[in-house]
Amino acid sequence: MNSLVNIHLRDARPVKELVVISGKGGTGKTSLVASFATLANNAVLADCDVDAADLHLLTAPRVVRSEPFTGGKRARIDTALCAACGVCKDLCRFGAIRSHASSGNGATPKYEIDPRACEGCSVCAWFCPSQAIQLQPAVNGEWFVSDTRFGPMVHAQLGAAEENSGKLVTLVRTTAKRIAEERWLDLVIVDGSPGIGCPVIASITGAEMVLVVSEPTPSGLHDMERVAELVQHFRIPAAICINKWDLNAGMSSVIEDRARKRKMALAGRVRYDRMVTKAQLEGMTAVEYSQEGSSSDIRQVWKTVRHLLSGSTSNFETQLCTEGFSAERRT
Amino acid sequence: MRIAIASGKGGTGKTIVSTNLAVAAARRGFRVTYLDCDVEEPNGQLFLKAQITSSRATGRLHPNVDASKCTHCGLCGEICQFSAIVCIGDKVLVYPELCHACGGCALVCRSGAITEVLQETGKVEMGMAGPLRFVQGTLRIGEAMSTPLIREVKRELGNEDLAILDCPPGASCPVTESVRGADLVLLVTEPTPFGLNDLKLTVEMLEVLQLPMAVVINRVGIGDRKTNEYCLAKGIPLWTMIPDHRGIAESYSRGELAYEAVPEFRIAIDDLLNRLLQTGQAKPLVEFGEARQ
Repeated sequence: MNSLVNIHLRDARPVKELVVISGKGGTGKTSLVASFATLANNAVLADCDVDAADLHLLTAPRVVRSEPFTGGKRARIDTALCAACGVCKDLCRFGAIRSHASSGNGATPKYEIDPRACEGCSVCAWFCPSQAIQLQPAVNGEWFVSDTRFGPMVHAQLGAAEENSGKLVTLVRTTAKRIAEERWLDLVIVDGSPGIGCPVIASITGAEMVLVVSEPTPSGLHDMERVAELVQHFRIPAAICINKWDLNAGMSSVIEDRARKRKMALAGRVRYDRMVTKAQLEGMTAVEYSQEGSSSDIRQVWKTVRHLLSGSTSNFETQLCTEGFSAERRT
Repeated sequence: MRIAIASGKGGTGKTIVSTNLAVAAARRGFRVTYLDCDVEEPNGQLFLKAQITSSRATGRLHPNVDASKCTHCGLCGEICQFSAIVCIGDKVLVYPELCHACGGCALVCRSGAITEVLQETGKVEMGMAGPLRFVQGTLRIGEAMSTPLIREVKRELGNEDLAILDCPPGASCPVTESVRGADLVLLVTEPTPFGLNDLKLTVEMLEVLQLPMAVVINRVGIGDRKTNEYCLAKGIPLWTMIPDHRGIAESYSRGELAYEAVPEFRIAIDDLLNRLLQTGQAKPLVEFGEARQ
């Protein structure tokens, strides 16, 4: 009995999640994730930047399954039942109930829901004396499971001017993880969104490792510090990679120093290289397009990231103590 | 006139355009307010270096349960659509980070056990950068919802001639909240497949919101002409092209205003400002002229 349990535990390969975020937008998250996908050899990809998803432009996914995303609910007023008492308007804290006088003589105002402002809290429906308000599921977007030349990919598209991106992120992540388990793959690479708010929190909670991609500018430094604090808040092991480091070598060292003070491991530096944009124009990842320049930097970063991932927290601690990774090494 | 500067894709140059445009307009004598609505990662201050003169904390309501009064009726858990208040047996658990502050639980509670308390979500700071009025919001780390704070930042809009709202990236709730009520949305993009894809998403969003827009292409020369073709086909005015210039990137990386450091950039920003002043937004234009005297 005991040995059976042990065998089972040894054979089950836990799926690890690597989440790539940045705080500041446009630092190169998606380009890096696509190159990692090329190098990883059969990881599951999850594009959690559901607001402005771009990973599909480099991975050319063949959609095998698509589903509507129902994130929340929205209220609807049945005008036939509405007694125009105005209780709903008084109670709604989101300004989602509009009223306008009907047909000129102003006898009974008409009430309706502003779907862009409604958060689906159901307060109006609960307290409507005429029971004229119903909550209905709102379709906020669409999500997909696809095949790519790098392996399976889960991605999504939030509808125009829609909300609930956090829930959609969670859906994409859990689907990707389930696919990894089903296909005996041990890694999910998550492309996150910029910022520190709800979609970012939804994409990092419970992950094995976060990689922060920064750039050597005051904004890059400022946003890295905020994202580092967020990662510390949720106690997730994190590493930092400076993209376009040679635009300002001094600033790159400053960012690495601050990152180390925040107990982040250094995953390496990637030089500024116009090749990355050229690859993007061809729909290719940087490491597919070229072997040289920033491509060799990215390979090095991937090696470090794999190493950090393989040993969980112990490798982070070792690296933090090793002078070999000091920021001065290249400057 | 209220101008929102948005982008879809991050890092295309919203902040560099917003801050420099605000400074350029202020130097021409307009009363200008710059509002940093990217409350998750506010960066305008790194370049404007405003003197902060006042600040206020912002909060969000969430329920607080007085266990001694609770009768375990379970209604609060029933009305909550966000699982922010959950009743298990004789325990009521509150998850403030999931709460949308709709007030439903306090309304349905018959025993008066639920009161709403304020939780800090961030701060709004006001100040001056030379002649420029400056407002920024900063979200507390770990706080998921940025839209209430963006609303607070926009409450600082005054009677200025020109308000510049520096928006967050993306195309969902924080952006719709930031651009709401703008007279014009300037979309800053870059001529790459990523830039174009995200531009399209933002244009779709603005079409739903029925807001007028114009496009600025930044880093012209790094990619292709597909963005220009898209704007032409869509009938979206393409206002300004900012060349790809290492000097601009370097001055940005030093925290300077590129308007002062790089002549090519100054020309592009002046061109953008002139176009703003000449648009179909003729009414505010007259007011602009009067405001100068």
